[in-house]
Amino acid sequence: MSEARPRIAVVTFPGSNDDGDARLALELLGAEATTVWHRDTSLPPGTGGVVLPGGFSYGDYLRCGAIARVAPVMAAVRRFADDGGPVLGICNGFQILCEAGLLPGALRPNRQLEFVCADVAVTVESTSTPFTSGCSLGAELVIPVKHGEGCWVADDDLFERVADQIVLRYVDEVNGARDRVAGVSNEGGNVLGLMPHPEHAVDPLLGPTGGVPLLDGLVEAARERASVPAL
Amino acid sequence: MRLTVLIRPKAGILDPQGEAVQASLSTLGFSVTRARVGRLVDLEIATDDAEAARVEVERMCAELLANPLIESFEVVVEDA
Repeated sequence: MSEARPRIAVVTFPGSNDDGDARLALELLGAEATTVWHRDTSLPPGTGGVVLPGGFSYGDYLRCGAIARVAPVMAAVRRFADDGGPVLGICNGFQILCEAGLLPGALRPNRQLEFVCADVAVTVESTSTPFTSGCSLGAELVIPVKHGEGCWVADDDLFERVADQIVLRYVDEVNGARDRVAGVSNEGGNVLGLMPHPEHAVDPLLGPTGGVPLLDGLVEAARERASVPAL
Repeated sequence: MRLTVLIRPKAGILDPQGEAVQASLSTLGFSVTRARVGRLVDLEIATDDAEAARVEVERMCAELLANPLIESFEVVVEDA
């Protein structure tokens, strides 16, 4: 059973544009990546993990992620997350998960009002999520970012409550995010959102490979979940 | 009936767009010490009951039009 390729659903919204790379990266790392359409009302049978990819879902109308979070597929994603299934939101996916209330905080326009596109270093601030359980605390990963609205904000009360849910932090200032937060999880640790793009950092031919440990963690968690009989 | 929703970045929320607008207005010679940029949504609702419409639009704000973590909203009834 452990040799089987775990099935990971990659959701495509209108305006998603990193879904293809997410599928390629997951396949490269040993998963079976399955496309799920935003209008689908359920995840494919045997789904062990979910990725909400980067892009500009629904043209970023209203607020980034605000329209996507009411897409029919999101009810199924929420059920999966509530059941403890691993869900990874990358960039626009992170924005969607925040808008959906599955992750704390919100993402605002970058402090410098410029689109930022660069390879950045992030440190692992928590290893108690399936995505980072294979990393050592404080490990530095180099992963590209490319976003205009990645400034994570939380008020003082919320920030204090979620302090131990901060999973990734930029080494240098990138977008004005509070405490340089690059990635944050839910309380259970099974839902992670991050602005950097691990799916663009898996092949040494194309640059840094800091995305590998995070996606490996997802693939492993999906494999474990798939080996448990369905409810 | 017609209603307008005014959505603003909450006090304390950084508004770099507002800062850029303020700086540009200053460059043009206008005396502006602060600018905040929000969003406006015009709505038409099939009812004549202003109070019911307001309650309905406030629910829309809470569920979709505004993000309470970062935005405040104000509902203006345009005609009764």
